[in-house]
Amino acid sequence: MNIFVLMKRTFDTEEKIVVENSRVSDDGVEFIINPYDEFAIEEAIKLKEEHGGEVTVVTVGEEEAEKELRTALAMGADKAYLINNEDVENYDQSSTSEILAAFFKDKEVDIILGGNVSNDNGTGQVGPRLAEKLAIPYVTTIVGLEISDRKATIERDVEGDQETVEVELPVLVTAQQGLNEPRYPSLPGIMKAKKKPLEVLELDDLDLDEDEVEGLTETVDVFLPPEKQAGRILEGEVEEQVAELVKLLRTEAKVI
Amino acid sequence: MDFELSKEQEMTRRMVRAFAENKIKPRTLDIDKKAQFPKDLFDEMGALGLLGLPFPEKYGGSDGDTLTYAIAVEEIGRVCGSTGLSYAAAVSLGASPIYYFGTEEQKQQFLTPLAKGETLGAFGLTEPNAGSDAGGTQTTAKLEGNDYIINGEKCFITNANYASILTVTAVTGKDARGKNMISALLVPADTPGVTIRNAYDKMGVRGSDTGEIFLDNVRVPKENLLGDPEKGFKQFLYTLDGGRISIAALGLGIAQASLERALAYAKERKQFGHPLSTFQAIQFKLADMAMEIELARNMVYKAAWLKDQKKPFTKESAFAKLFATETAFRAANQAIQIHGGNGYMREYEVERYLRDAKLLEIGEGTSEVQRLVIARQLGC
Ligand SMILES: Cc1cc2nc3c(=O)[nH]c(=O)nc-3n(C[C@H](O)[C@H](O)[C@H](O)COP(=O)(O)OP(=O)(O)OC[C@H]3O[C@@H](n4cnc5c(N)ncnc54)[C@H](O)[C@@H]3O)c2cc1C
Repeated sequence: MNIFVLMKRTFDTEEKIVVENSRVSDDGVEFIINPYDEFAIEEAIKLKEEHGGEVTVVTVGEEEAEKELRTALAMGADKAYLINNEDVENYDQSSTSEILAAFFKDKEVDIILGGNVSNDNGTGQVGPRLAEKLAIPYVTTIVGLEISDRKATIERDVEGDQETVEVELPVLVTAQQGLNEPRYPSLPGIMKAKKKPLEVLELDDLDLDEDEVEGLTETVDVFLPPEKQAGRILEGEVEEQVAELVKLLRTEAKVI
Repeated sequence: MDFELSKEQEMTRRMVRAFAENKIKPRTLDIDKKAQFPKDLFDEMGALGLLGLPFPEKYGGSDGDTLTYAIAVEEIGRVCGSTGLSYAAAVSLGASPIYYFGTEEQKQQFLTPLAKGETLGAFGLTEPNAGSDAGGTQTTAKLEGNDYIINGEKCFITNANYASILTVTAVTGKDARGKNMISALLVPADTPGVTIRNAYDKMGVRGSDTGEIFLDNVRVPKENLLGDPEKGFKQFLYTLDGGRISIAALGLGIAQASLERALAYAKERKQFGHPLSTFQAIQFKLADMAMEIELARNMVYKAAWLKDQKKPFTKESAFAKLFATETAFRAANQAIQIHGGNGYMREYEVERYLRDAKLLEIGEGTSEVQRLVIARQLGC
């Protein structure tokens, strides 16, 4: 099977977000594989273990993402591509999916796995957009996957309920928490990862121009949510409190 | 000069930290309180290739270097001293001498299952009457036909009750000058005449297994002699030099944990209307801890690097062991102080750091012995 994984390097979930000059600062920040993409990598390796084939991990990002790609190789992926997007000025999810679509143009694909969302921007767009461009079906927020005779039986999480979907390969799926428990890369895996192929591609290599992949959104401002204000405790009899509350909701909070 | 770790070293740190935080940490209090050796964790560590970290792939190892191994010990030690000690001993004392000095057959037979983490090994040097003075070994191994017959007693041996292969030192004869020749022999733990007892109620590293070994007319084939019979003493000194790097790394881990705990607590706890971390007396403690830890880290990594470069490292591993373990003790002590009364309570963990760190100033050569080693290297 030709198994592909879309992977993004993101902030460690433990990091505090600092905004500087209308940008989220990445000074001294630890990076990780986007946790949802880690589920995708694990599922891809499990598919390979069950059905044979090859797992290729692709990321669009900066040079530093090599570290996260090596981690995926250490977990058991076979090869990796890093598509450099450093030259794209106004970059958003449509850029990523445009670039990925160009990458996949000449690839034989049985399944593409990605994360449901990234833990930084959290838009959940890249998977579905890419599938549209490749004209293959997609199933999001999956929590279970079985493949036989080129048919995938997928359980997906729909706001807490489960839906079972059957779909022909090729397909693109995005992983939701609960799909699996990602393995730790083993020590031999880590040592072998450096010998596995990791290719860096420039937009040129995909016959793309920077302006072809400019983002469609415009960032007007970046700011942190307002700090939580101290609460207020109402006093008096319950009826008085209720009356006071309703009044405040009308006059002060202006929500009713 | 390049202080950058390789990608493999960084990945190893991340992986081991995640494993330690997720799998070991929830159990550290129990491991200590109940003095429970976490056998199942060692099975998992074996499956991840940690027990064969610094050995070649052809013996079931992971092909890592000493520095990567030191990082792994540091990360486990940061979470659990007991697990860290048994891990360091399994690799540096249980498996390493076979790798350094074993024949091809011995490596295939004895090292491979250790490196794969299928079993554990132990190294028995210390005896009731031979501790710091290892030359005073009284256990004997007499050649009888094609077998050695071993008699004697070993004490304080890490992992002994869980080991399937014991490397024991014994007097095998006298050299030309009439001095005792000490060699190491490989003894499968199930050989008739071997009795292993779990006899200790320890102050710290309580979940690390420590056993007594009695050897009563134990017969092993003469092929089980490890390395050069004339150079046995030199060989175990080399083994200990390597082991010291891992004990130093363990000290580093405990010291690091002490600092992290103390810093977090100092920022949280308020007295006189301010967090403890705003008081200069507390700040100075934290500053000293952080500085000593970084100095210790540089020394430990340098000693590991020298070993990897196949350069002499006897003096540097003694520096590293002495400084990192004494740093661990001081850091743990200050961490308790910064926690006040809470620090004296088990659930805050820093009192365990102190109990665990104390062992590191004793095992694999006491602090005094490290100073002796250094002085000898200086030409005294
Ligand atoms: C938990 C634990 C695990 C251990 N694991 C192992 C193991 O796996 N394998 C193994 O072989 N051993 C092991 N040991 C034994 C350990 O290595 C010895 O305890 C240590 O080397 C000290 O020996 P000793 O206890 O006989 O003390 P002694 O040698 O009696 O020393 C007592 C004191 O005298 C000092 N002293 C001794 N000689 C001198 C001198 N010439 N100059 C100045 N001071 C001196 C020492 O530094 C120390 O302070 C372990 C011990 C413990 C507690």
